[in-house]
Amino acid sequence: MKKPKLFSEFFKNNGPVMGSVLMLLVGFWIIVLIVLPQVSMLDFSFRYNLPPAEVGGPKDVYTLKNYKQLVYGAAGSSGTYNTVDLMVFVRTIVTALFVTIANIIMCYPLAYFLGQSKGTSFARLLVVMLIIPYWINEILRAFALRIIFGESGLLNEALMFLHITSAPVDFIRENYALYAGLGYAYILLMLFPMYNVIESLDRNQIEAARDMGASWIHIHRRIVIPHAKPGIASGATMVFMLSAGALAVPQVLGGPSSLWFTQLVYQWFNDSLNWQQGSAYAIVLLFASIAIVLLLMRVFKVNMGDIGK
Amino acid sequence: MSAGVAVNLEDVWIKFGDFVAVREANVDIKGGDFFSFLGPSGCGKTTILRAVSGFLDPSAGRVMIGGKDMAGIGPNKRPTALIFQNLALFPLMKVWENITFSMEVAGATAGERRKRADELLDMIALSGQGDKFPSELSGGQKQRVAIARALCAEPDVLLLDEPLSALDLKLRQHMRTELREIQQRVGITFIYITHDQGEALTMSDSVAVMRSGIIDQIAGGHEIYDHPATPFVASFVGENNVFRGKIQSINGNEAIIRTNRSGDLLTQITPTAVGKMNVGDDAMMFVRPEALALGAADDSSKTTISANVLNEEFEGNAYSVFLEGDGGKQIKMSLPNLGQDRESSKGSNMTLHYDASNAVVMPAGDLASE
Repeated sequence: MKKPKLFSEFFKNNGPVMGSVLMLLVGFWIIVLIVLPQVSMLDFSFRYNLPPAEVGGPKDVYTLKNYKQLVYGAAGSSGTYNTVDLMVFVRTIVTALFVTIANIIMCYPLAYFLGQSKGTSFARLLVVMLIIPYWINEILRAFALRIIFGESGLLNEALMFLHITSAPVDFIRENYALYAGLGYAYILLMLFPMYNVIESLDRNQIEAARDMGASWIHIHRRIVIPHAKPGIASGATMVFMLSAGALAVPQVLGGPSSLWFTQLVYQWFNDSLNWQQGSAYAIVLLFASIAIVLLLMRVFKVNMGDIGK
Repeated sequence: MSAGVAVNLEDVWIKFGDFVAVREANVDIKGGDFFSFLGPSGCGKTTILRAVSGFLDPSAGRVMIGGKDMAGIGPNKRPTALIFQNLALFPLMKVWENITFSMEVAGATAGERRKRADELLDMIALSGQGDKFPSELSGGQKQRVAIARALCAEPDVLLLDEPLSALDLKLRQHMRTELREIQQRVGITFIYITHDQGEALTMSDSVAVMRSGIIDQIAGGHEIYDHPATPFVASFVGENNVFRGKIQSINGNEAIIRTNRSGDLLTQITPTAVGKMNVGDDAMMFVRPEALALGAADDSSKTTISANVLNEEFEGNAYSVFLEGDGGKQIKMSLPNLGQDRESSKGSNMTLHYDASNAVVMPAGDLASE
């Protein structure tokens, strides 16, 4: 009912020429930039890795082989399940979830502070200061953290100077550097949606609650957090998806013995030149992430529309 | 019903940096009174309200509620409830949860809260609407929910910050009556902030008229209207014709003012200025448009003005007649619409008079800006 009206309104407001151009651009975006790449990945993931000459030939048929390999390992391997890859998968998802939770906890106070001091020059300056590090390339930022967390890095020097530890801590091997890097990599994508919704909260509501005797915790639990929920959900979705799909940070900061699932995907594509296998891994990661997001949205009673806010 | 709790401001100053928002406010509000602060926007009336509610500490002086000094007591601990200008209902809570938020804070069970919400919903004539969200209510209904929410906490003092300003005229007039009724039913002290003199005069036991941080007059509505203490009060509350001049002679509480353009006029001295004015002082005399009548005065008592009619406006209940007196003096007169066809008097010369007891004179001062 509503859609045709939307389109006719759109054309009426923009004229037939401009309206068509804009609609074409939107269509290009949806089809070429969103649908086609995903569909081709999906298609790849169900095919054999054939030499170029045999592509399109009689051997080029659909198969579940690539998915089986993720679950059971390569044909002829000894174990019943592909525990190595599956563990990497589980660890990636669980770590991404914890990174998301840590980001929510770290961003909420800052977002609340910024949202409540809206318009003050200090708040504006703070926002700029938060953004500036993100003008630097993601890989460079990861390397900067690697230097800080390194054996003779700033952190170890400081800890030893303060006599908290006597020998340097291997932050990289213990994955602390990885967690810190992932936590920092996408934190602004959590902060800004949160800040935007909190800024739109009428301050009178906080004062009204205070006037009625509400404690600080009660005000946040009943007024601010429910109001901020769409922003938190939107930020959490982005941080979770991007953390689970991060490559640069695990590559630079990950310990030698711990792989990130995207590194497996990368290896299939780049080292083994088996795009079909890599696509299957990527598709599993994508759908698992979507499933987790949808599940959490149901648990926390968030609508899809809120995420888009 | 409780007798209500008194609120006293003692030498209260409120400053923001160099800006003095409230200057030496001394106000005694009797328990159970409906008390209004009336003034133009930016006069400091909301600042006073915030000092009473506890969101703001006075720079000097004391705020007393029920005889107790409120210094250092936060808004959540004061026996006051505040109704915000925009009501500040919680949009994500149902009406009944909104109303009983103060009980939720105090740890009441859902059953108790539901029961109390239903009682209050009955009181504000919104029975059965508890499960709606505020966005589903009309403006007047939201208004009543805000009142119920404030009353649910059983405050000793209810503070209202221009809560009717968002409503349309008819609803506003209706809500005035309703607010006054609720106040008389619950018997607690109401402190009401408004820039609308109609609201202040109809509802209040007492009105404080404020301008730029200073309280010019505290009195009942009649007193404020009939015997304004300052030129600001005279010109801000209702409409008034102002005649500037110097005091010519004084006889008890009557005086003759030699006006700049309209000759000598007889007037009473406003009560607060009796005994404080001297012959030769700069003075302002005020006569309300409705106090002017057609024709010359019966005696030669110096209460007659002659003027030419410039224009006439029909306002339904009355005609506003705009006249020009000697020397271009602008005068406004209000004639009741008696239901007869009236011939426009535009262009004609008229003689007007007033009763000296309806005119007041006081030392010259600032007028309310239009």
